Amino acid sequence: VDLTPDDVRDVVRALDSSGLDELHLELADLTLTVRREGAAGWSAEHQVLRRPEVEGGAEAVTPAEPVPSVAALPDGMVAVHPPLLGTFYRAPAPGAPPFVDVGDAVDEETVIGIVETMKMMTSVHAGVRGTVAEFRTGNGEFADTDAVLLVVEPAGATP
Amino acid sequence: VRVRRLLVANRGEIAARVIRTCARLGIESVLAASDADLDSLPARCADRVVRLGPAPAAQSYLDPAAVVRTAVAVGADAVHPGYGFLSENPALATACAGAGIVFVGPTVASLHAVGDKLTARAHAVAAGLPVVPGGEAADVAAAQAVAAEVGYPLLVKAVGGGGGRGMKLVRSAEELPGTLAMAVSEAAAAFGDARVYLERYVASGRHVEVQVLGDGVCAVALGDRDCSVQRRYQKLVEEAPAPGIPGHVHAEMAAAALALAAHLGYRGLGTVELLYDRDRQTFSFLEMNARIQVEHPVTEMVTGLDLVAEQIAVAEGLPLRLRQDDVTLTGHAVECRINAEDWADDFRPAPGRIERAVLPVGDGIRVDTGVQTGSVVPPHYDSLLAKLVVHGTDRADALARTRAALELLRIDGVVTTAPMHRALLDDDEFVAGGVDTAFFERFLAGRRQPAEVS
Repeated sequence: VDLTPDDVRDVVRALDSSGLDELHLELADLTLTVRREGAAGWSAEHQVLRRPEVEGGAEAVTPAEPVPSVAALPDGMVAVHPPLLGTFYRAPAPGAPPFVDVGDAVDEETVIGIVETMKMMTSVHAGVRGTVAEFRTGNGEFADTDAVLLVVEPAGATP
Repeated sequence: VRVRRLLVANRGEIAARVIRTCARLGIESVLAASDADLDSLPARCADRVVRLGPAPAAQSYLDPAAVVRTAVAVGADAVHPGYGFLSENPALATACAGAGIVFVGPTVASLHAVGDKLTARAHAVAAGLPVVPGGEAADVAAAQAVAAEVGYPLLVKAVGGGGGRGMKLVRSAEELPGTLAMAVSEAAAAFGDARVYLERYVASGRHVEVQVLGDGVCAVALGDRDCSVQRRYQKLVEEAPAPGIPGHVHAEMAAAALALAAHLGYRGLGTVELLYDRDRQTFSFLEMNARIQVEHPVTEMVTGLDLVAEQIAVAEGLPLRLRQDDVTLTGHAVECRINAEDWADDFRPAPGRIERAVLPVGDGIRVDTGVQTGSVVPPHYDSLLAKLVVHGTDRADALARTRAALELLRIDGVVTTAPMHRALLDDDEFVAGGVDTAFFERFLAGRRQPAEVS
């Protein structure tokens, strides 16, 4: 049994003329809580519980990509993480030269890439002064907030 | 063709919206979902769910071959593309036709005619619509010739762009060659089409659009909408009808939209976007969108129609079920887009898990949502979570009821733009009505410098 928004509105209409302030409904496939909110009206928390049975799933669900751990960093190296999770891009546009490459000097404000989250672009700053030692996330790869995008050898760290 | 099994090739709130109409019409809905959406709210509402592909849109919602393959695999007789993704992509419509599947949208010819912004402009001119002064800029010399006619400031627009994408402002003749070169290379990269054109930049314009519905022979206009509250060309609030416009101008805009629909022999739902000049009370053609729009519910509220049902009917080849005389507009409707973004932190995107979603309910209130308590909001797609749509007897009533409804809306777990809407509804200029597209930046600037006066 599914409840449409119209059904929920009908429930509220029925309740409105009653003296009731709250209704909680639990069915096999859904729960619904409708609550009188004073003069402001009514609110509803509607949850569809049915778990979809996905077809064509044989080839589905690739395992999560292994995230290189910070622990694997060589001594004295600094990892650069994305400011928020998203797809990492090394260049400002497809085909354009990368913001930085291995061996490039960076400082705290140097933009080393872009993270695309929900179709919005956020610049990634190195956050440290030094030299780019290696990239750990490829162009176009998805990066969680704890992913290592690249590794910087901080200035003055070398003997 | 009678549609009995429809593949929904989209996600989020619009997928749930299309599934709802399918259920009402007795059409079996099959949701084509990416790996990120297999347990989403629309997946739980659809009759069936089939895997479309991996989470990145390029490998799922943006892959025409994957969509048609999936439609064939489940034996669907129609595909509904929603908005965005492949909704205006001729490749999907062509592939559907090749597989004998109904594409719920316009003909391939119409998609080409309005998808190319220069062609669309030429059609609008041919149909007698006023257009913003401008023209094609094949090279710097051509651009300078056009610029000499339209004057500065002007916009460089990608022919393959639209919806605010692929536009650049040029303030003076000195900026033109550099900006033109940048626009051409960006257009090539983003749209696979390097062509650009120039258009006069109208500083104080409103974004007003007319909803049309055609069956290929006849068309009706279903009133207009105002979508001027925008940030970086992304709409935030829409309303119907567009406020503060003289009655005869509403009628002229509808007539213009119908002229274009007739010229194109248009079949399907379409939106004719117009730039409305506040000072002169005149309008010009901007572009036509050949799909259902995010903001279609405000039109549904004031017309009482189910636009998805009408869209499916004309896609089936049925003639229009209503005449222009049958269309009456009642009251005023407002839509607030609730996005997973932190407006207090430069609209930083906020994917995550919805801990709790409590929504307002009642007469004249409609919430189209793609999420519920427990839903995961993936980072791969746009940030739209839900749309609060409120219908009132007039604009003041609709705004008052929207304010009350927003107080009841509670989405925990991710940051949303609901607080921004509360602030907007307290803004004098917005409440007065008829703001231009530059309004929202002024509103934000005003908030950044809170009154420090005593």
